[in-house]
Amino acid sequence: MSTTRFRTLKDLPAEDYLTPGNPLCAGCGGMLAVRLFHKVLGGNVVWVNAAGCMTLLMTYPLSPLKSNWLYTAFASAPAGAQGIRDALDVLASKGKISPTEDLKVVVVTGDGAAYDIGLQSTSAAVSRGLDFYYLCYDNESYGNTGFQMSSSTPYGSASKTTPPTEANPIGNTGTKKEIFEIWLAHKPPYVATLLTSQGVDFMRKVEKGMNVRGPKLFTALAACPPGWGFDPKDSIHVEKLAFETGIWPLKEAVKGAVKHTVVPRALRPVREYLATQQRYAHLFHPAENAAAIEKIQDGINAYWKAAADRESLQIALVD
Amino acid sequence: MTEAKLLTGNGAAAWGARLAAVDYVPAFPITPQTEIIETISKWVRDGSMDAKMVQLDSEHSMLTAAGSASLTGARVFTATSSQGLLYGLEMLYNISGWRAPIVLVNVSRALAAPITLEPDHNDVLAARDTGFIQLHAETCQEVVDLVLLGYRIAEDMRVRLPAIVNLDGFFLSFTRERVDLPEADKVASFLPPYRPTNPFSAERPVAKGSAVMEGDTYSYFRYHMHASSLRALDVLKEVSREYEKLFGRAYGPVEPYMMDGAEYVLVMSNSFTTLGRKVVDDLRARGVAAGLLKLRMIRPFPADEVAAQLKGRRAVAVFDQDIAPGSGGIIYPEVVAALYHEADRPKVVMPVIGGLGGKRLTLKELESIFDELRRAEKGGTVRPPGMFLMRQEELERVRTEMVTAGGDVPA
Repeated sequence: MSTTRFRTLKDLPAEDYLTPGNPLCAGCGGMLAVRLFHKVLGGNVVWVNAAGCMTLLMTYPLSPLKSNWLYTAFASAPAGAQGIRDALDVLASKGKISPTEDLKVVVVTGDGAAYDIGLQSTSAAVSRGLDFYYLCYDNESYGNTGFQMSSSTPYGSASKTTPPTEANPIGNTGTKKEIFEIWLAHKPPYVATLLTSQGVDFMRKVEKGMNVRGPKLFTALAACPPGWGFDPKDSIHVEKLAFETGIWPLKEAVKGAVKHTVVPRALRPVREYLATQQRYAHLFHPAENAAAIEKIQDGINAYWKAAADRESLQIALVD
Repeated sequence: MTEAKLLTGNGAAAWGARLAAVDYVPAFPITPQTEIIETISKWVRDGSMDAKMVQLDSEHSMLTAAGSASLTGARVFTATSSQGLLYGLEMLYNISGWRAPIVLVNVSRALAAPITLEPDHNDVLAARDTGFIQLHAETCQEVVDLVLLGYRIAEDMRVRLPAIVNLDGFFLSFTRERVDLPEADKVASFLPPYRPTNPFSAERPVAKGSAVMEGDTYSYFRYHMHASSLRALDVLKEVSREYEKLFGRAYGPVEPYMMDGAEYVLVMSNSFTTLGRKVVDDLRARGVAAGLLKLRMIRPFPADEVAAQLKGRRAVAVFDQDIAPGSGGIIYPEVVAALYHEADRPKVVMPVIGGLGGKRLTLKELESIFDELRRAEKGGTVRPPGMFLMRQEELERVRTEMVTAGGDVPA
């Protein structure tokens, strides 16, 4: 039996390493993911960042973090993590730094870096077995540049570079990449998806990663009020709907064995999730695009049918 | 005891890293650099070098890891060439902005397209504005010495900038020469352990590479980097004196050759300089007042030293083994700018371009530069756009190839 520090939300560590006051948007799901992640990891951390929303956490001369930070470049945060990890190891082995100076090395990027421009660097770091954490805050777009399409943008989402038009009423017609599966194909010891709305599951997964040597890869859906188009106060509500509609499954893979960690008893219709966000408004107004909504729902049903068969899950799909 | 070895330029670069007792070597292979990382891999694996070596997935990743390891406190060595240098170019600006004093050996190779293997300096000169110190080597001996001097300068707190040591692919990388290897214990006294500035720390966390949103802050840091780079000139002179005391070899920012009484001067750098020396000897034997000025330090550009050496001469040719299409040679305007405010500047400063893609350079061609200098000096002008070296038989060979390729051959 594995033991966990985290049984209820009351077990959330009190210590905050990401302190209030920074230039990020109100209601940023990504920032909340970083804050929770940090609470579980504790203080001895160096964050290695790629270009994205989180880059703005650290605007000279201020820092909201009580830990170390390095901004690298858009494409190569995992390589930055490699250099730091290797340097800490070689300096410790040569006795040039004390063991108490060891740090957890954590890459933090958005989906643009994780799914697109930084995928090669990530792939290589995982294949080398680098002992690091990767936290992707997935707002399903190039959010920091104003919400352009990334290869994480779901089918049917509007974006600034896939605006719905009369000729193309769908918005983005591409398929969101399965980063969980891409990462998993590299055989890392631990991969997990996260939602800040499911805090206990979130904390347990980070905790689990802390007991594993090697690459520990996490992707957190990051509700984005300005990009997705909803009121900042509703971030947790939107993420909760992502869980309840099954569009963002909560799962983990320990040494390649995939398991859903929290499963909704009965899926709510995905339209309830879509309807909360301006990026999907064109699927409802001026006329409902039933085919597009059905395609999204069918995708979710197919996913959960396969998962239920594989893991013997009890889950009621949407008719 | 100094140990004499027969080493290639690549072997000398690897020995530089070994003698500098580097902690970390991130790597990615590219011709003609590979022998450097293969040699170091072997040493690390057989225990003769106490360092960690990791092969990355690209030069961009390699340089990112190099910079981040340096910020953590490791002395870092890495090497690349050509396309690789350009693939990682973004990170060169970051590494210098981080003030991470790594040493990067570039084995010069001309740039695609068309893709090729042999050297010219368009690769390393594309990095001229990155903030890296640049030291260019003529011989294999210089390669090992400049790597050691490179660390000393880069890590000096008056500079604290990364350094590139350049050597020519093929002509130096694969050519064996006698190299006197400095003794490890003496190197240790010349090059004290690297002391990082505010490394990442559990005790005292730091933020590096923070975003700067205001132009005044950005400008301040960039001006500061420029001032630090300029200080590398005096630091080189200072540490070179120390190096000479220990090892008997001195390396200034420029190296004059037969400059006493020289009226016609050829300015050049890197391995072809050896040919330039020979031509100057030949011309001197025939009574021509020829001289040569080798540029060793390209960044910071040693403008004062260049002006001091070239003022009062009749005519100067600047040999660029590189080409900036639409402008000309890359070093030429820097030499001209260095001379502009000298009252007795040479009447003629002539641009010459040659050796692109490793194109052979004959002594006769080098001599023709001096012929043209004397003609231009008499006429008081340089025939625009200067000289582009190519021999008749080379031109004919290219034309034959164009016929073979099925193309139209221009007249």
